[in-house]
Amino acid sequence: MSIAAETKTQVAEIGDKYKYGFVTDIEMEMAPKGLSEDTVRYISAKKGEPEWMLEWRLAAFKRWGAMKEPNWARVHYPRIDYQNSYYYAAPKNTPLKQSLDEVDPKLLETYKKLGIPLQEQMALAGVAVDAVFDSVSVATTFKDKLNEAGVIFCPISEAIRDYPDLVKKYLGTVVPVTDNFFATLNSAVFSDGTFVYVPKGVRCPMELSTYFRINASETGQFERTLIVADEGSYVSYLEGCTAPKRDENQLHAAVVELVALDNAEIKYSTVQNWYPGDENGLGGIFNFVTKRGDCRGKKSKISWTQVETGSAITWKYPSCILRGDESVGEFYSIAIANNYQQADTGTKMIHLGANTRSRIISKGISAGKAQNTYRGLVSIYGKAKNARNYTQCDSLLIGGDCGAHTVPYIESRNPTARIEHEATTSKIAEDQLFYCLARGIPQDEAVSLIVNGFCKEVLQQLPMEFAVEAQKLVGISLEGSVG
Amino acid sequence: MLEIKNLHVSVGDKEILKGLTLSIKAGEVHAIMGPNGSGKSTLSYVLAGRAGYDITEGSITYNGEDLVALAPEVRAAKGVFLAMQYPVEIPGVTTMMFLKTALNSQRRARGESDLDAVAVLKLVRAKAKTLNVSEEMLKRALNVGFSGGEKKRLEILQMALFEPKLAVLDETDSGLDIDALKLVAEGVNALRDPSRAMLVITHYQRLLDYIVPDRIHVLARGRIVAEGGKELALELEAKGYEHILKEPA
Ligand SMILES: Nc1ncnc2c1ncn2[C@@H]1O[C@H](COP(=O)(O)OP(=O)(O)O)[C@@H](O)[C@H]1O
Ligand SMILES: [Mg+2]
Repeated sequence: MSIAAETKTQVAEIGDKYKYGFVTDIEMEMAPKGLSEDTVRYISAKKGEPEWMLEWRLAAFKRWGAMKEPNWARVHYPRIDYQNSYYYAAPKNTPLKQSLDEVDPKLLETYKKLGIPLQEQMALAGVAVDAVFDSVSVATTFKDKLNEAGVIFCPISEAIRDYPDLVKKYLGTVVPVTDNFFATLNSAVFSDGTFVYVPKGVRCPMELSTYFRINASETGQFERTLIVADEGSYVSYLEGCTAPKRDENQLHAAVVELVALDNAEIKYSTVQNWYPGDENGLGGIFNFVTKRGDCRGKKSKISWTQVETGSAITWKYPSCILRGDESVGEFYSIAIANNYQQADTGTKMIHLGANTRSRIISKGISAGKAQNTYRGLVSIYGKAKNARNYTQCDSLLIGGDCGAHTVPYIESRNPTARIEHEATTSKIAEDQLFYCLARGIPQDEAVSLIVNGFCKEVLQQLPMEFAVEAQKLVGISLEGSVG
Repeated sequence: MLEIKNLHVSVGDKEILKGLTLSIKAGEVHAIMGPNGSGKSTLSYVLAGRAGYDITEGSITYNGEDLVALAPEVRAAKGVFLAMQYPVEIPGVTTMMFLKTALNSQRRARGESDLDAVAVLKLVRAKAKTLNVSEEMLKRALNVGFSGGEKKRLEILQMALFEPKLAVLDETDSGLDIDALKLVAEGVNALRDPSRAMLVITHYQRLLDYIVPDRIHVLARGRIVAEGGKELALELEAKGYEHILKEPA
């Protein structure tokens, strides 16, 4: 069956576009509602954290109190009441299990419904998964095999206890505690997330992935991910995200830090499918995320690939600091905004070292009444001689009520820099659609086919195991967008 | 097989077809000739079901069924095929992927099972060979950067692949050199079949040397103004459209 056809059947079976909208009925343990120093202490205590971590959080919380929510992005939303939310929610009695057999079957069932059967399929595909459910990691697979290779892949809460020196050395060094409003909030209340360390010269033997699931209502998810690739190592990591359908907006404010030392490479892929809200714009996740990679070593490389189809609001700029000489940063992005979704996403490429190179390929698709903004910065510092950047931003409009905006900032303080920027805006042409229809391809499939073609350069960057899933998602997100 | 009666078609408030009547039986090949702007492509689009072409009067029946009521993709599944005058480019979608998606969409609509990639590839390759469509073309994005001749050959390849019951070819000959023209004509002739009707639209008589029609209709100002056997093409060639247009329809 073709991908588009499979998509159609799935959608028909579920009778709804967002097939991840169910809620798992499971007993939860929650922090008291609201945000205070006590909340921070509660979370830290729940995690059994050492004193230094608590201090770190409290300092962040104090700082956050003096900060203001940013308002420069092209997104509009009602004021968020930070006291009207829960900051910690965990399924009861689920300290991290050593074996999947011990995990609550309800949770396993949940991930199965999400298309992430922790037991079978991922094992077959040879992908290691860390499953984060609301505020805690509930399962991590393939730990033994990774241990053999010396790769650490575990919930960050575990890493704080078991590898404090590594965590202390790198946490907050890419995204400082004081970085921005949402990152600082995350630093105070982050609950779980993934920690990866790949030792010198090791090529991680399998794809690593984290699957984030928001389940509890009125709860924010604040995960924190830290990936360190030591000299000459390589790792490919993928995260996926979904949440139930709810009329309320839920906050997701994650921080991801990547560190690549000399000759190391990190490939970080995201398939973001948080609940986008309904077709009238009710509900959906506010996705305010800070992701940054530091090419700290010479000849290091960090590559971001993102497929952003969900969330009511996406505010996200995965960036690269090209510190090491000859380091390389890449950003490949597909951002789809349908109905009343708002996406403001892009990247920053900060060229500090000599002969650094960056490449930005952004594909924005807008449909319905959605607004989609690419916002990017390419900054060449004085010492970055012979730095090069290539940026390509393509926007595709479906229908006449949506908007696409491109906001590229370029700063160059070195005359040897070479910066290229290309931008296009197009519409799905009526003649393309008619051509498909006349050959027997139904409308939604035709849209999916055309949009997947438009996004091809980015989809090709995804690890094979996930590319097919992402293609389907592109089709589903735009179901019914041509009237 | 196809019965068009007193067809009036408007685009916006402009009437383009003004009472066109035409019928084709299974096994027949008919040609429509006519000057530029006479409404030939409009007729082809209406048969395929393109949006924006309003039928204000008249009827089209296809195998006894009201064709107008059917969505374009349903028509395709029921065997209506249009080789377009201007094939459309779809960036990023390989020709092979497009062919597979289209073929399986049609099969599914008929309640047949999907063909897997290998089966489709085998089918396509067999047809591609006779039409001189290269393996490399199949890997490129659909029609992107194709020459005029390549685009037209791909249209005929699709016709061969989908095995339609009613094939409409809109100026498939335009922009082709004589070798390409022969190749396309051979492709069409190979599909002549007692169960299949074809409507060949052309501006020039030249194509009809290679695809010999059972009947020729001359379209002008939105109506059929002359009809005849294959010799009509030669007459048109000799005397030009002006001559016929002067005579009362
Ligand atoms: N979409 C359209 N909008 C307005 N006028 C059109 C449209 N399509 C065709 N026409 C007009 O209808 C007439 C017939 O066009 P067409 O069917 O393309 O003729 P032919 O194929 O015989 O050259 C022409 O005058 C053309 O300008
Ligand atoms: Mg024409």
